[in-house]
Amino acid sequence: MAKLFALTLIAIAIASAIPILMHTWDPPADISTHGPLIDKQMSETMVEAGLLFLAAQIILAIFVWKFSGRRKDAKIGRFPGGATGLVLAAFILVGAELLVLGVFGTKAWASVYFNPPSANAMPIQVQAGQFAFYFRYPGPDGKFGPLHPDQINEASQNVFGLDQTNDPDSKDDIVTAELAVPANREIYLLMHAKDVGHSFYVRELRVQQDFVPGLDLSIHFTATKTGRYEIVCTQLCGLGHYNMKAYLEVLSQEDFDNWLKQQAALQ
Amino acid sequence: MHDMSAHAAGQHHAPPQSFIRKHIFSLDHKVIGKQYYDLGLLAVLTGMVLSWLMRIHLAWPKFGIPGVGWLSKAGAPGGVITPEYYLSLMTMHGTLMVFFVLTNVPFAGFGNYFLPIQIGAEDMAFPRFNMMSFWTTFVAFLVLVSAFFVGGGPPLSGWTAYAPLSAVGAVAGPGQGAGQILWATAIGLFCIGQLLGSLNFITTTLDLRTKGMTLMRMPISTWAWFITSCMGLTAFAVLLPACVLLILDHVAGTSFFIPSNLVISDQLQPHSGGATLLWQHLFWFFGHPEVYIAIVPGIGIVSHILITNMRRPLLSHKVIIGSLGAISFLSYMVYGHHMFLSGMNPFTALVFSFPTLVITIPATIIVLIWIGSLYGSKLRINSASLFALGFISMFVSGGISGFFLAQPSIDIYLHATYFVVGHFHMVMGVAAIFGMFAGTYFWFPKMFGRMMNETLGKIHFWLTLVGTYCIFMPFHYLGFAGNVRRYSAFVNDYLQPLLPVHKFITIAALCTGAAQLIFLYNLIYSRFKGAPAPQNPWEGTSLEWTVPSPPPFDNFGGKHPVVYHDPYQYGVESSTGDYVMQDSPEQVKAVG
Repeated sequence: MAKLFALTLIAIAIASAIPILMHTWDPPADISTHGPLIDKQMSETMVEAGLLFLAAQIILAIFVWKFSGRRKDAKIGRFPGGATGLVLAAFILVGAELLVLGVFGTKAWASVYFNPPSANAMPIQVQAGQFAFYFRYPGPDGKFGPLHPDQINEASQNVFGLDQTNDPDSKDDIVTAELAVPANREIYLLMHAKDVGHSFYVRELRVQQDFVPGLDLSIHFTATKTGRYEIVCTQLCGLGHYNMKAYLEVLSQEDFDNWLKQQAALQ
Repeated sequence: MHDMSAHAAGQHHAPPQSFIRKHIFSLDHKVIGKQYYDLGLLAVLTGMVLSWLMRIHLAWPKFGIPGVGWLSKAGAPGGVITPEYYLSLMTMHGTLMVFFVLTNVPFAGFGNYFLPIQIGAEDMAFPRFNMMSFWTTFVAFLVLVSAFFVGGGPPLSGWTAYAPLSAVGAVAGPGQGAGQILWATAIGLFCIGQLLGSLNFITTTLDLRTKGMTLMRMPISTWAWFITSCMGLTAFAVLLPACVLLILDHVAGTSFFIPSNLVISDQLQPHSGGATLLWQHLFWFFGHPEVYIAIVPGIGIVSHILITNMRRPLLSHKVIIGSLGAISFLSYMVYGHHMFLSGMNPFTALVFSFPTLVITIPATIIVLIWIGSLYGSKLRINSASLFALGFISMFVSGGISGFFLAQPSIDIYLHATYFVVGHFHMVMGVAAIFGMFAGTYFWFPKMFGRMMNETLGKIHFWLTLVGTYCIFMPFHYLGFAGNVRRYSAFVNDYLQPLLPVHKFITIAALCTGAAQLIFLYNLIYSRFKGAPAPQNPWEGTSLEWTVPSPPPFDNFGGKHPVVYHDPYQYGVESSTGDYVMQDSPEQVKAVG
């Protein structure tokens, strides 16, 4: 029975590692400037965590195999180094490893959150509400008009609550249902929640950030590869949560300019 | 150490005579322990059935599940689960499992039964508080389950009940009105039950130890329950007021968790001034210690069982206890890792990340001590030790995936994906349940005076070990692929290729769930028809094995045991064999 346990455990450990080694379900290719740091951090953690996982399961299996069902008069053995050795091992090996991960991980985190957006980053506002994202571009004046929550009316397509009659800054604002951005241009995304908590997640962009009602947040990123990617909500927001999505279109600068003109004409 | 027997005698209360006082409103810690266990069993069966419904729906969203339409005509017309009902099932599954199973059974169930016996006490320090604690918890269970039967059904905001979704009422979705209020009431009541129980455990451990039972002579299981009760006293004390504030936001027009200018269904909400993140802070200040409230008793139980079956003490009793203490202390400093992406100041992510990584060290020490102690042992394989070994495997697997989530930069990608679901199911769900199974097979003879069937126990183990890995390891792969959690259907283009994985998981979940019927049969059959259990079937050394199976009403037959030894005197030469009981005055020497 002990041998069966050992073999089962080793089989489980190896079977668990195969999809990782075969890259069966790897994250999609990164399309951002900050993503490589996150991917590197994830790969290094995978190597270290994977080795620890395999080592722990296999050693557990070997010891169960070797030390079960021994004779009654067999002597109890003592692990070399005893508890002190193991405590030191935990501190030195695992502790040091984790600290290294922590320190290098800070670099990746800092690249996303500690540096402010550059002066020429393109501001775009995103509003999340049950169960859709809407995006707002400031128009030629470069200014967003103020929001008036009491004027939000989805039936009349005033999803942001803009008062385009009285607010001059709102007049040229462009509201869209998809997020188009030019490639290789930094985007400064201003995040506003209309009702409950939501989140903005684009796998390929290595971006995920909650929307917090009552607290407008922002993130900034630069997409590097043109294409169409899904934006999904990852914060449970109600019955339609599973279906709350939009698309990120990364375009060449020329295509983006044309797209923005078309959207402005549709307002 | 001073003689506590006088205090112990002070707790004496006469054996009850009536059926009601003996079996229902009992003051006896053993009856209360079994009541907690049975409530946990009811909750785990309910929670497991809910998970089946969720898994079937995820794999085959249009399949009409027979009988589900009865539960809710609106939520599952023709047995086909609607998106909102899926979220309700998910909320109830998580709440039942975390609170009424993972907290109830390893801590309140086994702890109530065995803590007083293991320290040589007749009962808990406050038997009436103890009874009140269970019945408050039972009422909490009824209140929670009643949410199935109110208009709108159960809440759909998940077991974490993030505000303002959980606070604004029915306007945010079915179940967010009456269902959410019932949820908050149930959890508030549950907190009261846990606070009473924790207070009782702490006082009993500190005041009612018998003569010779110094703190360091307490078994690791007792230490684990004691440390857990310290966490429970502080963690539930925060969740309780949070639930009260949430209820007030619903019924009293307050805005603790609701900010200004929310617009739902084109209606400006009549609230202002609240802080959305306040709920998350209060919830996770409870929520992360809760992870350890669920798993620390399992660590204690598994250590106790492994030692008995390895026929040797662990390499260091003190190091294990110190590590448990370190884990519980650090558990209050890590909660913010649930909120890396919540909008907190990004610098705080680093503050919370560091202790999250550091807490891995005491957890690693515990695992290394277990594995190092297996070396050179004389391991006995039985259902209890198999589940204890399975616990180690699961604890390692689930713990290691925490390396990823502890790092804010990686959390950007993996947060709110199935990776997180796989991580916490393995480390605090399956591992803790393996601890419960191990404890059940080990202590059942003492609790019921009958043995469980070992063959059925081993079959149950093999199916459960392989089955749970088949369910929860693929969750991690789905997370790597960016599969978002809490979706009732996978309509996104990129999720379509992952559907076969979900189908595999569903089949594994149904098979593993069916395997639990073997356990249930064994449990019920053995309770009435199992072979009579001797007093000490596993040749254990701690005080629970010095009393008859099951123990008499006052545990020690009116006597107060005297303790002469550390709890785990194995690998010795004594008149009884390779062990000596804690209450035996026989002087022995270690061999080997």
